[in-house]
Amino acid sequence: MKTVIRQLTEAFGPSGYETEVTELIKTMVAKHADEVKTDVLGNLIAIKNGSQDGQSIMFAAHTDEIGVVVTHIDDQGFLRFGSVGGVGISTLVGNRVRFAGGAVGAIYQEKGSWKELTLDKLYVDIGAENKEEALKKVKVGEFGIFHREFEDLGDRLIAKSMDDRVGCAVLIEALKKIQNPKNTLYFVFTAQEEVGLRGARTAAYGLEPDLGIALDVTLTGDMPEARRMAVSLGKGAAIKVKDSSLITHPKVKDLLVTLAEENKIPYQMEVLEAGGTDAGAIHLTKAGVPSGAISIPTRYVHSPSEMVDMRDVEACVNLVVALAEKDLASV
Amino acid sequence: MLLARLTEANGAPGQEGEVRDLIRAEIEPHVHEIKTDALGNLIAIKNPDSPGPKVMLAAHMDEVALMIVGIEGNGFLKFRPIGGVDPRVLVAKSVLVGAKKISGVIGSKPIHLQKAPERERAFTMQELLIDIGAKNKEEAERLVKLGEIAYFTTKYEEFGHDKAKAKALDDRVGCALAIRLLQTEVSFPLIVAFTVQEEVGLRGAGVATYQIKPDVALVLEGTTASDVPGTDEHKHATTVGAGPCITVIDRASIPHPPLVRELFALAEEEEIKVQVRRNTAGGTDAGQIQLSEEGVKVATIAVPCRYIHSPVSVMSKDDYEGAFKLVKSYLKRLQEQEARK
Repeated sequence: MKTVIRQLTEAFGPSGYETEVTELIKTMVAKHADEVKTDVLGNLIAIKNGSQDGQSIMFAAHTDEIGVVVTHIDDQGFLRFGSVGGVGISTLVGNRVRFAGGAVGAIYQEKGSWKELTLDKLYVDIGAENKEEALKKVKVGEFGIFHREFEDLGDRLIAKSMDDRVGCAVLIEALKKIQNPKNTLYFVFTAQEEVGLRGARTAAYGLEPDLGIALDVTLTGDMPEARRMAVSLGKGAAIKVKDSSLITHPKVKDLLVTLAEENKIPYQMEVLEAGGTDAGAIHLTKAGVPSGAISIPTRYVHSPSEMVDMRDVEACVNLVVALAEKDLASV
Repeated sequence: MLLARLTEANGAPGQEGEVRDLIRAEIEPHVHEIKTDALGNLIAIKNPDSPGPKVMLAAHMDEVALMIVGIEGNGFLKFRPIGGVDPRVLVAKSVLVGAKKISGVIGSKPIHLQKAPERERAFTMQELLIDIGAKNKEEAERLVKLGEIAYFTTKYEEFGHDKAKAKALDDRVGCALAIRLLQTEVSFPLIVAFTVQEEVGLRGAGVATYQIKPDVALVLEGTTASDVPGTDEHKHATTVGAGPCITVIDRASIPHPPLVRELFALAEEEEIKVQVRRNTAGGTDAGQIQLSEEGVKVATIAVPCRYIHSPVSVMSKDDYEGAFKLVKSYLKRLQEQEARK
């Protein structure tokens, strides 16, 4: 599974430009799903048919990652950029970006105080000596991502875009393990989550699931002087109670807790004070869809060094499998 | 002159009737069906029964304006913005207020009476009042009702080598493009939604798209240009005179990448000067259109406008013609692709 996470986190997929990631996932899920399709917004939907009297569950993990877009190239060949999704300015100086066409560059700042740092005081240096040379490597309007390798630290892993490739990996792994589900399962690898939960909204509209579950990262509070949050790395799958986009349907939350206890899957409850997931879009679809989220505890979210614990990741896989195989008609 | 008629008409968000009536008169002879929906969107359909992709064009009819929220004891009017208006541009501007189109001027405390700290900053909306020349509160109340709208009075005017200035170019320039395109011959279904309430949250476009169910949509807009002295080049967003701009990302949408690529390639083939919109802020109706039902392929093509959301903005007629040519070429290409099928 670590190999899958490595491949997924090293792929290129800023919001709207997720094709490399969805193509990769397609090769991983093709032989385990009954049908695989894509839609207008770029969602990849892998369907595993259930028995006829079962219900349908939509699992969503987003393929996109935060990034940048080139807005200007100056005469010396330096690039200016805008953000794609919620980019934390403190993570940028000295960081590296990789663009759709392959160009790599370093981000640095104009002179001035750290406290007053804004995006328009930062630039990317792609090693070009002038505008003409830069234009051979990138175009204005081209999207880029934060460029960083995957690191295996044992139980724990560091990579860029764990948010939400680790969620994608959980769904891929679960899909491989599920044999003959009673429920029809829609594994949706969603586009444009980071810019406003967009892919999940149109996918859910088309699929009309009976239940919606997002697989996404959540924050933790177990670092030095961290903002208080009762989620820790290594303490299991996080069952979402609420975030800014969703209040988990009480029955969905209770079902997930029951399943975790029945199957001896380590879990913790998650109350996220700021931030949202695809479940926020799914639960408001049409006449409403009972929804919740299984979150992967992650440190340093939206930095190029997002850290997860494999034991949590495996707990999430097991919880997805348990839910997928549960007879929902009895709940 | 179409742009003059459109920009001199008034239409605050939710009160687009005057603009809608004008547009209806312009397009009625050229379309097969026309209707106004529950929110006030004007939806015009050409060739409803023809085969081929269903193309939707969208342009919003509403403009930013000021709403009267109070009448002071001395007959001056208090107001608040509808949509995003920069209070710094308001002082000493002429307006017409309410159904009776009462003349007014936006007044402020004169500079010699301002205290030093007041001179250091711009007036806030709360410190400005509209002077309609009323003797007292009673007279003002006879002329204006609370909730009525004050509009800027700018007349459309062409100047310089290729420039035009007017109020409400955002988005009457898009309306003008859509009207002209409806007058173009096409063989496939073409639907235009002249939308309401864009300036207060892209509200009309979503319900219009739900009714239309298009295969592809182009949003026609007027967008911000800050290519003025004292602004760093990397903050310009767009440049007036450098051609219509194509959006790659804004707050509300990431236009469909293959469609965006197609438009850039088409512009190159047809030798139409275009530019990338180099700013990620702002949003257009594309945000709601893209998310309708199971998703819609969408792109935004906009004419750069300086001093947008103010009493007067400036655009290049060449950019306007470039936008027309680009959209027309795209429609023509769809027509050719359809014919080959």
